Amino acid sequence: MHALKVEHLRKLYPSMQAKGQEVLAIENVSLEVNKNEFCSILGHSGCGKTTLLNLIAGFEVPTSGRIECAGKEVNGPGADRSMVFQDYALFPWLTVYDNIAFGLKVKGTTSKEMNEIVNRFAALVGLSQFIHHYPHQLSGGMRQRVSIARALVVDPTVLLMDEPFAALDAQNRALMQAEMIRILNEESKTVVLVTHSIEEAINLSDVIVVMTRRPGKVKKIIRVPEPRKMVEDTPPYLAIRRQIRDLIAGEHDDSEGR
Amino acid sequence: MQILNYLKQSRRLVLLIVLLLIWEFSSRFILDKTESILLPPPSGVAVGGFELMQSGEIWKHILDSLSREFFAFCYASIAIPIGIVMGCFKSVNEQVDPLIEILRPIPPIAWIPLSILWFGVGNTQNHFIIFLGIFFPILLNTIDAVKNVEPNLIRAARCLGAGSWGVITRVILRAALPQIVTGIRIGLGVGWMALVAAELVGANSGLGFLINDARTVLRTDYILVGMLAIGVIGLSLDRAIRFTAQKLMPWSRALNA
Repeated sequence: MHALKVEHLRKLYPSMQAKGQEVLAIENVSLEVNKNEFCSILGHSGCGKTTLLNLIAGFEVPTSGRIECAGKEVNGPGADRSMVFQDYALFPWLTVYDNIAFGLKVKGTTSKEMNEIVNRFAALVGLSQFIHHYPHQLSGGMRQRVSIARALVVDPTVLLMDEPFAALDAQNRALMQAEMIRILNEESKTVVLVTHSIEEAINLSDVIVVMTRRPGKVKKIIRVPEPRKMVEDTPPYLAIRRQIRDLIAGEHDDSEGR
Repeated sequence: MQILNYLKQSRRLVLLIVLLLIWEFSSRFILDKTESILLPPPSGVAVGGFELMQSGEIWKHILDSLSREFFAFCYASIAIPIGIVMGCFKSVNEQVDPLIEILRPIPPIAWIPLSILWFGVGNTQNHFIIFLGIFFPILLNTIDAVKNVEPNLIRAARCLGAGSWGVITRVILRAALPQIVTGIRIGLGVGWMALVAAELVGANSGLGFLINDARTVLRTDYILVGMLAIGVIGLSLDRAIRFTAQKLMPWSRALNA
C-alpha cells in the first residue's frame, strides 16, 4: 500500500486581483509515494507546490480530487501528516522540550513515556544540551532541528516539509541536509518535501516531482539513481541536474500574464 | 566608577530640580500671602504629605482607591473570555461588535450621572465607572490579539493532532497573552483615571475624594499630595504589571522590547 496517494487533485482560489474571478493553482496532480520513500516536489515559486502540500496536510480543501494517507481519505489536518514549516512555527512560549512534547501532550501520553520519547528525539536532532532553552535563544538551524523533532515525535505516516531550509544560510543549509539524511537513516520515514532547490532535491530524494508553472501540473517524475548517495560533480549527478534544470527552464517566467 | 555612574544618572534630574527650586522660590518670595496659599511651595507640600502619612489618613484613602480598582478589575476581566470568543468565532463577533462600537466611545465619566441615579453614591457606583474604563481596552486588545495569532502556529498545532479546543487553550490563549497583558495595562490606566473622577463626585473616601475634600477647606498642599499619590500609584501599578509579565513571559518580544 502507498503511504500517500494523490489523485487528480485540483484547486481553485478566488482571485485576489479581480473580484469574482478564480485562479487555478494546481490541476490534475496525481502522485504516489511509497512507504519510507523521500519525495521532493520541485518547481518555481508560485507553481502551487506549497498549495499541494497544504492540501495534503489538510489545511486546505481541494476543489476536486482525493488524497489518501495510508489508505485513509484525508479530510482535515491530523498527526499522521505532521509538517515542518519554513518559518519553523515553534511555539515561542514553550521550551525546546515542551515544543517537542506538544504532539504527545495533545495525545495524552504518560509523562514517563513522554520524557523518554522527547529525550530520544532531542538527542536524534542533536539538541540534548538545549532542552530548557526557549526558541528565541536558538539559531535558525537549531530552531529547524526542534521543528523536525517536534514533527517526528508524533510518528507521522508522512512527514511534510515546506521549504524547511530556505531561510538558512548556505553552510547551514548544507549541514541541515546532511543532518536530515542522518536522521532518516536512524528513523525511517516517508517524507514529502517542497523545495525550489534542484541540489536539495537531488541530495535528499528517492523521487523528484517536477511541477509546471501556473497552473501547477506534474511535468515529470524522476527517480534518483542512487538516493542520498549521489556525489556532487560526478557525471551521474551532473546528468540528473542538467535534466531537471532543462525541465524547469522550459517553464519560463510568464509572471506578467498573471 | 560607581560614583561616576550615579553622577551620570543624576544629570537627568537637573531640570526637575531647577524647576522645583524656581517653584519654591517664587512661592515663598514672589507670591503674596493669599496667592501662596493657592500654590504652596514644594517644601510645604512635603510637610502636608508628612502630616497625611502620620495621621494615617492618606493610607486609608489609597487603600480604598486601590481596592475599588481591584474589584472593578476582577469584574472587567470577563472581557478576556468574551474577547477570545469574539476573536475565534465570526458569528459572535458579528453580533457583539456593533454593540461595542456604540458603547466604547462613551467616556466612562459620561456614565457618572446615570450611575449615581442607578446605584447611588458609594462603592457600587465607583466600581461601575472603573469597570467601564478597564473593560474596553482589555476587550479590544484581546480580540485583536486572538485575530493576530500567527496562522502557522495554529496549523502546526493542528497537524500535531490538536483539535479546536486544544488549539484555543494550547495556542491561541498563550500566543494572545502578551497583548492581553498590554490590554490590562492600558485598562488599569484608564480605570485609574475613571476612578479618580468617580471618587470626585460619588464617594466618601479614596484619593479623588481626598483632593476634592481638601479643596473645600482650601488645603492646597493636601490637594497636591493627593495628585502626586495618584500619579505615583498609577505609574507603579503599570510598572508592576509590566515587570511581572516580563518575568512570566520571557519569550515575548512585544513585552521585552
